[in-house]
Amino acid sequence: MPGNPLPDAEQLLTALIEQMRPAVGPETGLIGIHTGGAWVAERVHQALKLPTPLATLDVSFYRDDYEARGLHRDLKNSDIPFEIEGRDLILVDDVLYTGRTIRAALNEIFDYGRPATVRLATLVDRDGRQLPIAAQFAGATVALEPGQNIALKRDAAGRLSFELREGKR
Amino acid sequence: MWLHPSNPQLDKKGRLHHLLTLEGLPADILWQILDTAKSFVGTRVKKVPLLRGKSVFNVFFEPSTRTRTTFEIAAKRLSADVINLNISASSQSKGESLLDTVDNLSAMHADMFIVRHNESGAPHFIARHVAADIHVINAGDGRHSHPTQGLLDMYTIRHYKKDFASLRVAIVGDVLHSRVARSQIHALTTLGCPEIRVIGPKTLLPADVEQLGVHVYHDMRQGLKDVDVVTMLRLQNERMNGALLPSAQEFYKFYGLTDDKLAVAKPGAIVLHPGPMNRGVEIDSSVADGKQSVILPQVTFGIAIRMAVMSIMAGNK
Repeated sequence: MPGNPLPDAEQLLTALIEQMRPAVGPETGLIGIHTGGAWVAERVHQALKLPTPLATLDVSFYRDDYEARGLHRDLKNSDIPFEIEGRDLILVDDVLYTGRTIRAALNEIFDYGRPATVRLATLVDRDGRQLPIAAQFAGATVALEPGQNIALKRDAAGRLSFELREGKR
Repeated sequence: MWLHPSNPQLDKKGRLHHLLTLEGLPADILWQILDTAKSFVGTRVKKVPLLRGKSVFNVFFEPSTRTRTTFEIAAKRLSADVINLNISASSQSKGESLLDTVDNLSAMHADMFIVRHNESGAPHFIARHVAADIHVINAGDGRHSHPTQGLLDMYTIRHYKKDFASLRVAIVGDVLHSRVARSQIHALTTLGCPEIRVIGPKTLLPADVEQLGVHVYHDMRQGLKDVDVVTMLRLQNERMNGALLPSAQEFYKFYGLTDDKLAVAKPGAIVLHPGPMNRGVEIDSSVADGKQSVILPQVTFGIAIRMAVMSIMAGNK
């Protein structure tokens, strides 16, 4: 989207919440992927007043680019405070791009148990998929130049915004 | 040469390539290992796929149960294939035969060697010899170094005491023969521990130990006064040649950790021991099994530390 302003993360969040509202129930398990996805999941979880506690996932131990990029410096713990077995899950991420993070997240989740269903919610669904993965809920779909990336930020007040980062990940 | 010119454990980018000693290892790498280990301690999933398809060779020229087993468990929890080799060093002439062993193992497509040897410097020697894509971890060499033990001790201290900046740590007993003590002293110094004490009879302390920046005590009650952490060392009879001690009983009387000696330390002081323990020689059973003992948590944390070291190294290409 050369020349276009960046999407407003707060607006996309509102749109995403409204999409998800009819699709969740008291037993739905929300899993935010560190770090941006965990921020989004936290907000969605609050807005939808879901009674099942929020889970977070750090997929560093499951990434397929570990050989090339090594282990992240800043590891977070995965924290899944509910039973995965037989549950309807929604994975939440900030930007869906190649799909490799979601592949890693699925592998990790299945090490905890066998969920009934797993759906995917993302604030931004961008082009460039390398795996057969699609989001069921998306704040917006955007097209970016190859080499352009958008990253989610959170300020001290908890407000979310996007920033553009040039160059390869 | 792909290794760092001034530190053969690091690659040219300054990242961990081999783990040979904690001496000279930068603080940010120590913290990275401790932080990474924490995320392995916290996980509910026992096995992760980081080292899938990698072969880790445990090459032990000196007997060990705990260290070899925890390395094996750590490698398996990272999904690596583990091959255990117990090689008796006695029949080997040094030098070429050691390298021949290593060449043969390299030809079996090893990705990582975990080496224990009774000669100081053997893992270093191997590390200089292996191909660029092979990593070497020192699992204890002679009196020199036992870096993963030092790291798991740091992890344990941090777990219970949170911060090194205001700690008083005492290392007690056979410092002379202890690679564990040396590793602890280097790590504690790098991590900012302000006061390290070594306590033992003159015959079991290295002559110039003060040069490591430690305070020396020969009286155990004086040395333990107000310390936060007490590390007991094993009396290494197998490394002693000559009369360094009158008897184990005499050693116990003066330097064995008993409840009444421990009472002069701070009330919440923790007691570490690298194992295997000689009960009734360097430590009394009531202390080893008591409330202040963190000896068994040390073993558990040791697995996470070894997972952290292996996964950081294998990712540094």
